Amino acid sequence: MILKILKRVVSYLLVLLGLSVFVFILVRVMPGDTARLALGPRAPEETVQALRREMHLDKSIPVQYYYWLKGILQGDLGTSVISKRPITEDIAFYLPATVELALLSAIFMATFGILLGVTATKYSEKWPDAIIRVLSYLGIVAPAFLWAVLAMLLFAYLIPILPVSGRISAGIAPPVTRTGLYIVDYLLQGNFAGAWDAFRHLVMPAIVLSFGGISQSARICRASMVSNMEKPYAAAERAYGIPENKILYKYLLKPSLNSFISVTALDIAMLFGGAYLVESIFNYPGLSRYGLTAMLNKDVFAVSAVMLVDGVIVIGFNLVTDIIISFLDPRIRYSSST
Amino acid sequence: MESCPNKIDISQVDVSRIPRRNAGENIRKLWYKFSLNRVSVVGLALILLIAAAAIFYRSIVPYPEHIGAMVDFKNACMPPSWQHLCGTDQAGRDILSRIIYAFRGALTMGVVAILAILPLGGVLGLVAGYWNGRFVSNLIMRVADVFLSLPTLILVMCVSSIMTPSTRNAMLAISISWWPWYTRLVYGIVTSTRNEVYIRSAEVLGANVWHILLKEILPNALGPILTKMTLDFGVAILAGATLSFVGMGEQPPAPSLGAMVSAGVGYLPDQWWMAVFPALAIMLIVLGFNLLGDGIGDMLSDAE
Repeated sequence: MILKILKRVVSYLLVLLGLSVFVFILVRVMPGDTARLALGPRAPEETVQALRREMHLDKSIPVQYYYWLKGILQGDLGTSVISKRPITEDIAFYLPATVELALLSAIFMATFGILLGVTATKYSEKWPDAIIRVLSYLGIVAPAFLWAVLAMLLFAYLIPILPVSGRISAGIAPPVTRTGLYIVDYLLQGNFAGAWDAFRHLVMPAIVLSFGGISQSARICRASMVSNMEKPYAAAERAYGIPENKILYKYLLKPSLNSFISVTALDIAMLFGGAYLVESIFNYPGLSRYGLTAMLNKDVFAVSAVMLVDGVIVIGFNLVTDIIISFLDPRIRYSSST
Repeated sequence: MESCPNKIDISQVDVSRIPRRNAGENIRKLWYKFSLNRVSVVGLALILLIAAAAIFYRSIVPYPEHIGAMVDFKNACMPPSWQHLCGTDQAGRDILSRIIYAFRGALTMGVVAILAILPLGGVLGLVAGYWNGRFVSNLIMRVADVFLSLPTLILVMCVSSIMTPSTRNAMLAISISWWPWYTRLVYGIVTSTRNEVYIRSAEVLGANVWHILLKEILPNALGPILTKMTLDFGVAILAGATLSFVGMGEQPPAPSLGAMVSAGVGYLPDQWWMAVFPALAIMLIVLGFNLLGDGIGDMLSDAE
C-alpha cells in the first residue's frame, strides 16, 4: 500500500519535472529574447546585456534551464514586468483568494452533485430526473464565463441582492492575514459581519464556477447509483423493508462514490482553469485574474509562474484523489496490500 | 481438457451460407438505432442547420455589409425589433448577421482544430499501446501526462498568449493542447485489445505491423474516437469562444461569438441583447454537438 503510494508520488514528481521543461520551452525559449521582453523595447542595449548575463541567457539552453529550475526551487520566480514586484510575493498575495473561491465551489460541487444525483436516482425516469438532466446539459454546454454574465444580469441588476465585484465591500477593513482566506480570518477575529460580507462576495462566483462541475458530478453519481440499484443487495435491502432514503444514502451511495470522487476531484482541480474568466468578470483579485492579466500583457515570467503553480495544484489533487480512492474502496485497499 | 458436446466442427460449416452484411445495410441499421433517440436527432438537425447557415451565409444574412467594420451610429444599440431580430451593437451593426457569420469562425475553430490533431494523437496512441512497456510507449505517455497535468483551458490560453493573437494561432493552440486526450483514449483501447487472439494470430501469420495497427486494432477504437470527437467539437468551440472573449482569438472587425459577448458585457443590463444573443448562440452550437455526441455514443455501444 505505502509502496504503491510512494510509486505514485515518484511518477507525479516526474510529471512535474516534465511540466517544468515544457513551461521552460514554451515561455522562455519560444518567445525569443527574454531579457528584451523583460525590460521593454526602449531599454538601452547595455542594460539588456547586463540582464542577459545576470539571467544566464548567454549560456546554452540546458544550462539556462538548470539555473531557471534552481531559482524556482529556491523560491525565486523572477520579477513581474507589470507589477514590478517579485512574482513569489504576488502569488502569495493572490493565491489564497483563489483557494478560498475554489474551496467554496468545491463544497457546492460535492453537496449539490450528490443531492441532485441521489434525487435523480430516486425519481429515475420521472419528472425530477428529467429536470435534473436538462439542468446538467445546461451546465455542460455553457462555459463558466457565460453563466457569470447571466448571473450578474440576474442577481446584480434585476434582483440586486448580491455584490458584483471584489472580495469585500468598500469601507470594510480587510482582516488581519493569518490564513489568507478572508472568511476564516474574519471568523478568527470574531468579526462576523466581515465574514458574512466576504461570503456574500464569494457566493456568486463560486456558484457560477461550480455549475459545470455540479452537472457532471450529478450525472456520474446518478449513473453509478442506477447501475448499483440493479444489484441483488439493493433488492434484498428493499425486501427487508428498509426505508428507500436509507437504502439510497446509507447503502447505495458509498459503493457508488468511487467514480464520483475521481471525476469530481478532477473537476475541482479544473476549477482553477475555469476561474480565469470568472475571476476577471467578477473583478475578484485571485491568482487566475493575475495570470490572465499576465498573459494579455505578455508578462512571460508571471505566466510561467502561474502555469507551474496551477500544475502543482492539479498534480497534487490527482495524488490525493488516488490515495483517497484506494482507502475508500476495499477492493483496491486489500488487493494492493498483498 | 474434455471436448465440449456442443462444439461446432468448423470444417462442416458452409462459409458461403453465412449472411454477409454490406455497408449500406450497416448504415441503415445504425441510422435506425440513432433515430430511436429523438434528442440526438434534434442535435444532428441543430448542427446541420448551423453548418448550413455558416456555409450559405451569403444568402441568409439579413445585412451582409454589417459583418465587417461598418459603423452606423444612428442605429447603434437598438433593441430587438422586426428589422433587427437580435438588436444592433454599439456600432449599429445587426447582431443576427454577425452571429450567423461568427458561426463560420466558431465551427472552423473547433472542428478543424480537432480534426487536424486527431491523426497525430491517434497514431501516437496506437504506437504507445502496441509497444506498451517499451521506451517509445513510456516516452509518449509521460509527455501526454505532462500536457494533461494542466487544465486544458489554461494550456490553450498559455500557448496562445505567447503567440500573436489570430484565428490560426488560436486553432494551433487548441490543437497543441488537445492531442494527449486522443493518445490516452486510443492507448487504453489498444492495450486492452493487444492480447486478443485475433491480434496474436495476425502476428503469427506475419502480418505487417501497420496492417495490424490500422486494420485489426484501429477499428475497435473508431467508435469511442468518433464519440469523443463529436463531444470535443463542442468543448473546443467553447475554448475558442473563451479565447476570443479575452481577445486572443479571431481579431476584429471579423465577428466572433466570444468577442461579441465580451463587448456586450459592458452594456449590461440595459442593452442586454448585445451579450445575451451571442451567448445563446454559443450554447446552441455546443448543445448540438453534445446531443449528437451522446447519440453517436449510444448508437455505437448498442450496435454490438
